[in-house]
Amino acid sequence: MIEAHALTKRYGERAAVTELSFTVRPGAVTGFLGPNGAGKSTTMRMILGLDAPTSGRVSVNGKRYAQHRAPLHEVGAMLEARAIHTGRSAYNHLLALAATTGIPRRRVDEVIDIVGLREVARKRAGGFSLGMGQRLGIASALLGDPATLVLDEPVNGLDPEGILWIRNLLKDLAAEGRTVLLSSHLMSEMALTAEHLIVIGRGRLMADTSVAEFVRAAAGTSVRVRTDEADQLRQALAGPDVTVRSTEREVLDVTGLSSDRIGRIAADRGIALAELTPQQASLEEAFMEMTRDAVEYQSPAREREGQPA
Amino acid sequence: MSTTTSTVMAGGAVPPAATVVPRGQVTQLRVLHSEWIKMRSLRSTFYTLIAAVVALIGLGALFSAFTASHWAHMNAHERADFQPGMTSLRGFFLAQLAVGVLGVLMVSGEYATGMIRASLSAVPGRLPVLWAKAALYAAVTWVLMTAGAIVAFLVGQATMSSQHIGTSLSDPGVPRQVMGVGLYLTVVGLLGVAIGALIRNTAGGIASVFGLLLVVPVLAEALPASWADHVNQWLPSNAGQSLISLHREAHTLAPWTGFAVFCLYAVVALAAAAVLLKRRDA
Repeated sequence: MIEAHALTKRYGERAAVTELSFTVRPGAVTGFLGPNGAGKSTTMRMILGLDAPTSGRVSVNGKRYAQHRAPLHEVGAMLEARAIHTGRSAYNHLLALAATTGIPRRRVDEVIDIVGLREVARKRAGGFSLGMGQRLGIASALLGDPATLVLDEPVNGLDPEGILWIRNLLKDLAAEGRTVLLSSHLMSEMALTAEHLIVIGRGRLMADTSVAEFVRAAAGTSVRVRTDEADQLRQALAGPDVTVRSTEREVLDVTGLSSDRIGRIAADRGIALAELTPQQASLEEAFMEMTRDAVEYQSPAREREGQPA
Repeated sequence: MSTTTSTVMAGGAVPPAATVVPRGQVTQLRVLHSEWIKMRSLRSTFYTLIAAVVALIGLGALFSAFTASHWAHMNAHERADFQPGMTSLRGFFLAQLAVGVLGVLMVSGEYATGMIRASLSAVPGRLPVLWAKAALYAAVTWVLMTAGAIVAFLVGQATMSSQHIGTSLSDPGVPRQVMGVGLYLTVVGLLGVAIGALIRNTAGGIASVFGLLLVVPVLAEALPASWADHVNQWLPSNAGQSLISLHREAHTLAPWTGFAVFCLYAVVALAAAAVLLKRRDA
């Protein structure tokens, strides 16, 4: 469980994170989403006590991170894969971290096997590829068998096989009742991995919601209608909150009406429908919709839709 | 890595903890152990320390052999200035470069590579990391440099004994002089660690250590004599090296007073490093 209350970080005049409050709950993978420079890494560093908040506070499993007597067992972290001395082997890196809380050697061997670095474990980490560096970062996060995991961009540089592996690993960890927070700017990845989403833009909270809810709310849902009598239907559907777009002559994209309602209206007018399909916006579209506002300030339209600021 | 990787992949995600992981707490002793693993697992540490020992013994032997072979041609003035102990220990001047650089690298190397974030998130109290690095490096430097100084002294005196100009450990002040080399270099190392933690950058840290130890005394020579006589003896390296000179010259501190002053510099630098380590963002 990670709880942030009015977390704020300023570097001189520039605010990196402003009044950020959220809760990351155990048992689900929570995605921490935002464009580059939104304040994700800063927030994660504050969670781990590496950066001190200017104001506000953040606790992990009920305490400030620095107050934990055995931090590696509380939180496993991967902040930037390259938090490792390039001259040291992966094995010795993990061994040195493990020694701080007396984690035995066999656990070091175990995490090396979990992330599949056995063959290169004795080689200098400076020669590692980006993907191998990510695996080593994940190995150090798992070292203390922690109840909470904080991972900054863990899929960066992984091949498709590696991405699939980490997706399953994180889901399994969450299913065991652990708290998993991972940041990404890859929306499509979040759609497949995360159940819950915390979205920030310009250091402010933009959404704290489930993935499904986020997609529904942020981009709205359109309905695709195919009919020979497109023009008549367009007139019949017209209303104050209804938008109808058309890309092909016989196809309409309707927003502002449910598919049930469109079907009823068409039946009442005796218009035959060849297709009536609710369209889900992808997470990517929903995210771009939301962050466009983060860049251009709040638009009146957004407030009308009842989105959190 | 492909074979291992695909084996792991094929089975899907592996359960994260097959063995029960003991939930130990962070202690100073454990952090010391961790720093020991870090220190012995870097090749650069090994090479730099070897370089320091080689400089200490090799240069001492070289100067001693050179003096022995030229003794017959040296005039009375040169013979009067000659100090057999110092001649065989002269290599400390070069060894301090290696020791100072490695001291800075102990900390700045972690900032340069990002390792510091892993270190400080494993030990969020932070100070145990600094104390462990300082203590460990001091111990390693002291053992190696004291041993190096003794070997350099014995080799040097053996070389010079052909001309019967050597000295021995039983002569007054000589044991202090030989042990002084190890102690001086240990404090140089501590200063390096402290400055590395203050500056957090390898190039800047090394420049600062050598500026302090080598450049400042040279600059101070430019002061008017009336000032220089008072100021120079208090400068870090001058104060510290009082322990290594056999005879106390005018306007220098007594051996142990000088060494205490040198230690004080290191303590102040470490204290400042500790305060900033606690305060600054990593």
